[in-house]
Amino acid sequence: MLAATASLVLGACSARTDTNSGGDSGSGAAAPSKPADAADPKGDGKATCSGVSLAYAGTINGGNAALGQNILWGVKLAVQQHNEANKGCQVDLKQFDTEGSPDKAPGIVTQVISDPKIIGAVGLPFSGESKAAGPIFEQAGLVHVTPSATNPDLATHGWKTFFRALGNDAVQGPAAAKFITENLKAAKVCVIKDDSEYGKGLAKAVSDALGSKLTCSDDVKTKQTDFAAVVGKVKSANPDAIFYSGYYQEAAPFATQLNDAGVKAKFVGPDGVKDDEFVKGAGDASAAAYFTCPCVPADAFTDFFNSYKKLAGQEPGTYSPEGYDATTILLKGIDKGIKDRAGLLDFVKNYDGQGLTKHFKWDDKGELAKTTVWTYKVDNGKIVKNVEIK
Amino acid sequence: MNHVVTFLADGSDWINFDVGALRDQFWNDTIEGLSQGSIYALVALGYTLVYGVLRLINFAHSEVFIFGVFGAYFTFFGLGFRPGPTPELGAGELILYLALALIVAMLVSGATAVVVERVAYRPLRRRGAPPLVFLITAIGASFVLQQILFIWRGGNQERAIRLMRPQEVFTIFGASVTNLQIIIVLASIVLMLIANTFINRTRLGRGVRAVAQDPDTATLMGVNKERVIMLTFLIGGLLAGAAALFYLMKAPTGASYQGGFLLGIKAFTAAVLGGIGNLRGALLGGLILGIVENYGQSVFGGGWRDIVAFVLLVVVLMFRPTGILGESLGKARV
Repeated sequence: MLAATASLVLGACSARTDTNSGGDSGSGAAAPSKPADAADPKGDGKATCSGVSLAYAGTINGGNAALGQNILWGVKLAVQQHNEANKGCQVDLKQFDTEGSPDKAPGIVTQVISDPKIIGAVGLPFSGESKAAGPIFEQAGLVHVTPSATNPDLATHGWKTFFRALGNDAVQGPAAAKFITENLKAAKVCVIKDDSEYGKGLAKAVSDALGSKLTCSDDVKTKQTDFAAVVGKVKSANPDAIFYSGYYQEAAPFATQLNDAGVKAKFVGPDGVKDDEFVKGAGDASAAAYFTCPCVPADAFTDFFNSYKKLAGQEPGTYSPEGYDATTILLKGIDKGIKDRAGLLDFVKNYDGQGLTKHFKWDDKGELAKTTVWTYKVDNGKIVKNVEIK
Repeated sequence: MNHVVTFLADGSDWINFDVGALRDQFWNDTIEGLSQGSIYALVALGYTLVYGVLRLINFAHSEVFIFGVFGAYFTFFGLGFRPGPTPELGAGELILYLALALIVAMLVSGATAVVVERVAYRPLRRRGAPPLVFLITAIGASFVLQQILFIWRGGNQERAIRLMRPQEVFTIFGASVTNLQIIIVLASIVLMLIANTFINRTRLGRGVRAVAQDPDTATLMGVNKERVIMLTFLIGGLLAGAAALFYLMKAPTGASYQGGFLLGIKAFTAAVLGGIGNLRGALLGGLILGIVENYGQSVFGGGWRDIVAFVLLVVVLMFRPTGILGESLGKARV
């Protein structure tokens, strides 16, 4: 842990102000820059409010914590910018650690809803916990915007309080399949999934889209550490690419063990794998790894990038801008003078505006109309953007 | 519960049979199963020894094991290794470091086992507590040890530290055999032979067998029962510590506070499978379990791996309620 902190600090010191690092590697598309009309948490600086809070609920120190931390810092940044600019409206941010666990999330979310000051929430980050806790938000009428849960089924429960600030896996799955078969030119693909809501849903979407190119598939379990049997199966299938549908915690040792066994296939992981923790965990096995993600690269959002780095001490990660956007929308509602949950829910439901990452206007299920899927790759031990899948 | 429902609802196949995969993977599964099974067997010996002597299922043994994993992990850490790329070490250096980690892991696990015995079980024995109280205490001790690790290290896995990467040495029918698998299987067999010889051929071992057979008569014959019990826990702990190092080499991210739970349950299964209280049964049960689990994964897929292991146990117990070899420690042949 110490070593990791040290390297982060070093990284922060040595990085240039040029945010487009890794651009010289010939990365495909240019990252989008900040849209001129993007909503800004600062607003006009004249907002007045008192006694309202927003909540972040998601993993902070639990499993796959890095994915939650990325979002949390984005949320913190938006709230900080808002509060600095609006002296008359200090919004309190309350943090709740669900540890990313579907078992623990309902209890934690019950704490969130029982705090009457909280009128809106960002979270939950993962699909499994979102499914488990969705009814509780619904019951309390507390609007929650997830910046990262991508399981398509989440929007089909009829929850009126659920909003998704990114594309779902019904979009990511086919996009990933397209990337694997067209960009990576793989003719034989293995899809390995974990036992999470997210992993299972995404694996199904990818497998369906791959069709006959799906050569082998297998399951692993959350917190599994030894993948020898799966590796053996993949090795004998001899695929061109492997899609791992799950989170980095298992993906890193899995990639390492594939590499040890001499499997040369390209390793493709989704948003749950796309984190520096994967690169650190998998070491040289991550050199040829690719990621798909319905998240927008933060490289060219210069202001956001720099403020984030100043606040968090590290560069924005997966879903940091999405977390920032989600929070900004909730803050806009508060700035309009909304003081209760029903008001904020109504505000989000009718919201129509540009954010940093995309345009936000939800349908009645809480899904966005237009979303994007990007691919990323590992370059010199760092995750850099690759191309957008259109 | 939730789990099963979604499993059905998401339209994925509920259960697949893929016998072709078993045919393709047969040797691979067998070899890998032997190395996994060796680890089960080493841990299973701890369950079996304690059961043989005390008629107690020491559920804290899985934590005795995971303490050993942390012991090995922090030995690597103390030697200056850090998470990241695998260092290129010379053979001599590697053996030295691994031997050191082995000793530390064995001592940590051995000490943990003895402490559990002293703190949790001995006071109960003094008061003549009924067997059920021991069982509950065992589960309690398991939780306490787990939570100690949780408070100390948090809920996440430690980042992988490796000293060597597995490399293929030769192949059997197309399945590769790695240096790591060879080390694990050979070292485990050697350790089990030592344990077996110790129990069956030495004076102290005779004491263990005597207490297992009839504690009261053994005491009358001048065997120090308390010392024998401590020795039993110590041997079980030492073997679990060795298993811990092998496990960490095989699964470098395995050091986490809950990491011993499933492996402990599997090892216990292995012990019951072979015949609890029987040293050779633990070895046989461990190896069979490791191999069958892999076959099960090939046939049914990874999600069914653990289920196959436990179904195997149920089926064997239906036909042989005392396990495959089914003898107790006291009746061990000499």
